[in-house]
Amino acid sequence: MTQLYAWGAVATIVSTSTCGDVLLSRAMKQVGDVGELRRRSGWAMVLARILRNPNFVLAILAMSTAFYAMLFGLSWADVSLVVPASTSLTFVTNALAAKLFLDERVDHHRWLAAIFVAAGVFLLAF
Amino acid sequence: MSLRKYLVLAGVAVFAVTGDTLVSSGMKQIGRVALDHLPNIILVVFHPQIALGILFLLAFFACYMAALSWADLTYVLPTTSVSFILLTLVAKFILHENVSLTRWLGVVLISVGIGLVSQGPVLTPQPRRTQANDCLAETASGRMEP
Repeated sequence: MTQLYAWGAVATIVSTSTCGDVLLSRAMKQVGDVGELRRRSGWAMVLARILRNPNFVLAILAMSTAFYAMLFGLSWADVSLVVPASTSLTFVTNALAAKLFLDERVDHHRWLAAIFVAAGVFLLAF
Repeated sequence: MSLRKYLVLAGVAVFAVTGDTLVSSGMKQIGRVALDHLPNIILVVFHPQIALGILFLLAFFACYMAALSWADLTYVLPTTSVSFILLTLVAKFILHENVSLTRWLGVVLISVGIGLVSQGPVLTPQPRRTQANDCLAETASGRMEP
């Protein structure tokens, strides 16, 4: 039963964290290159464009959910499983979500990079 | 890619590691926050080390957002995972912790991943995005003209 809770927590953290990253990436692409925008229109314009973007608000909501899911997960389940499993799996799910929802060109180099980093992050816990 | 953009990516990694380390060591100094004294969790932000850690984490988030404004998510995430390598080096050489062979193998795998992604393009060309940037440029140049 404890294992079931642990993997439930991992699934919740990974899905909400991936949603947060994808939404934030979409929001920032809609805002445009922050450096160029700041030079053209100033910091106030950058902030206004970010805060008015609905995807940014949804991203913050998803990231907050991921944060609280992590807190609850840690109180129910084994830290040594929940933290490395959720952190490493997020790299792979983000690559998949970026290909599906952000139309990013995820070639074999990027797939391999995501898998290598995910495996590496998992090993860091031991 | 310009030096400024490399600095932003480095900022994502360095600020995340510094922020996490400061908050973590600050929380260790404070000790456990009892569930029946939950309001105490708000007061911990006034601890100098935790406050500084939160500032670094805000700087991390600002750099992460800036990076996502000109780079793909599948480029930013693996390249900024250099933070995990930094964290291991800090653990070994500054905190003098024992770093296992498995952990060093993890560092090698992350390094290979970073090497693989950094050879490719930073951003996938998107027709709609180019149009949006052109509109932005026109708006800005139109505003500058009398």
